[in-house]
Amino acid sequence: MTLSISLSVNGESLSVPLEDPRTTLLDLLREHIGLTGTKKGCDRGQCGACTVLLDGKRINACLTLAASVDGTDVTTIEGLATGDTLHPVQAAFIEHDGFQCGYCTPGQIMSAVGLLSEGDAGADPERIREGMSGNICRCAAYPGITAAVLDAQRRQSENEGTSA
Amino acid sequence: MNRFDYIRPGSVAEAVAAASEAGAAYLAGGTNLLDLMKIGVVAPGKVIDITRLPGLDRIDWLEDGSVRIGAMVRNADLARNPAFSAAFPAVSEALLSGASPQLRNAATVGGNLMQETRCAYFQDPLSHCNRRAPGAGCDALEGHNRSHAVLGWTPSCIATHPSDFCVPLAALGAVVEIEGPDGSREVDLASLHELPGTDSAGGIALKHGEMITALRLPAEASAFAGHSRYLKLRERTSFAFALVSAAAMLRMEQETIAEARIALGAVAARPWRAAEAETFLKGKKAEPDAFAEAAQIALKEASPSGDNAFKITLATRVLTRALTLAAKGTPDRVPALPASVFTSSEGATAHA
Repeated sequence: MTLSISLSVNGESLSVPLEDPRTTLLDLLREHIGLTGTKKGCDRGQCGACTVLLDGKRINACLTLAASVDGTDVTTIEGLATGDTLHPVQAAFIEHDGFQCGYCTPGQIMSAVGLLSEGDAGADPERIREGMSGNICRCAAYPGITAAVLDAQRRQSENEGTSA
Repeated sequence: MNRFDYIRPGSVAEAVAAASEAGAAYLAGGTNLLDLMKIGVVAPGKVIDITRLPGLDRIDWLEDGSVRIGAMVRNADLARNPAFSAAFPAVSEALLSGASPQLRNAATVGGNLMQETRCAYFQDPLSHCNRRAPGAGCDALEGHNRSHAVLGWTPSCIATHPSDFCVPLAALGAVVEIEGPDGSREVDLASLHELPGTDSAGGIALKHGEMITALRLPAEASAFAGHSRYLKLRERTSFAFALVSAAAMLRMEQETIAEARIALGAVAARPWRAAEAETFLKGKKAEPDAFAEAAQIALKEASPSGDNAFKITLATRVLTRALTLAAKGTPDRVPALPASVFTSSEGATAHA
């Protein structure tokens, strides 16, 4: 049974045949669409390396069937920058050394983008750490990650003309 | 993972008809089902995607003051719903203490109720497990069982139900709406998960082909909004299942407890409502001795199922502390670390 799904990935409309219904959104992105920025870590929803935005909300792509995302809007790490201009969260991760080996970084950044749009964390490092708890960093770059998210939050608040 | 047919029905009736066949499974958020399929614990021949069924993603306040939550409402959306979290703050706190933000964005209300135990022997297809394969035996009995049940267990099964969400729901008298091949029915959430028996391992009390369509909380459940807490002891600060947890909700009249609602999590195969402790607190002053005695009553029938006698002491302390925190009043905002023992130090100690 071959399914066919249509979805938007980073603003581009795609129609993809799915020969195997077991395909996850993670495998769809990496193996079928060729977007390998989204990483496979545990493949069981425990590490967060595969975090993407599905209709604007962060989810684990490894625990999402590709067949079930028919008609949705997916944003991956490849879709954040505008040309050569980095997304503010990407820039903050570089500025604050929010990584070492970099494998978890796409997931960390997508999760941080999701966290900021949820608007719950504000400028509270404790809420940011809790809000980033779905992303494991084996290099333990957590202090840099927290600093980067705090900074990105501050910049976003300034751009919106409000104080965090 | 096994191969399966993927089906996306257009109505509840179509979904139920499709699920009536052997080997079918409903797919909602997928955070538990896909995980279990990946590790080979379940292998449905047909996966029925119910996430797009019309009308199941709504939160409706009914005329009698009760609230009806569609089974496909995502955990994060329910926890952040302003009216819901104002009326049932302990439920929101419990939701926000569970899993990770990514999982809460995907996981549904119905799926949370349906989730399987995290017993390592259930999760390992090579181990003996009565819950997974009735009659196979239980490797947890002589295995690593420090996190297992201390209430309502039998040698058939010593697993616990892992949900945080279900703990305050059980105490608040939530009702589960079910559709199935034989029509509609309702069941109290507190008895949705069957305890093990002499020869049975227990599990979810749904018949083949039935699906949860909604959850209702009665109007009177919001009377506890001013004094409601969920407290969850876990082995790391975030993104961990409870070792023991407690929902404590009080309806206060001045200094007196007019009514109490109490349930414990991760101590049994179901969220464990402590009705006798609730009755004991009715009419008592909100004082430490009363809370400590109520907690003793809640755990008086507990017994270790293995290397876990410490959980009885822990559960007693966690419940005492949850009651103490509830008496102080619901915080204006869910704490930075929801349900954590590392926050809310307002006078309660870790060794209540």
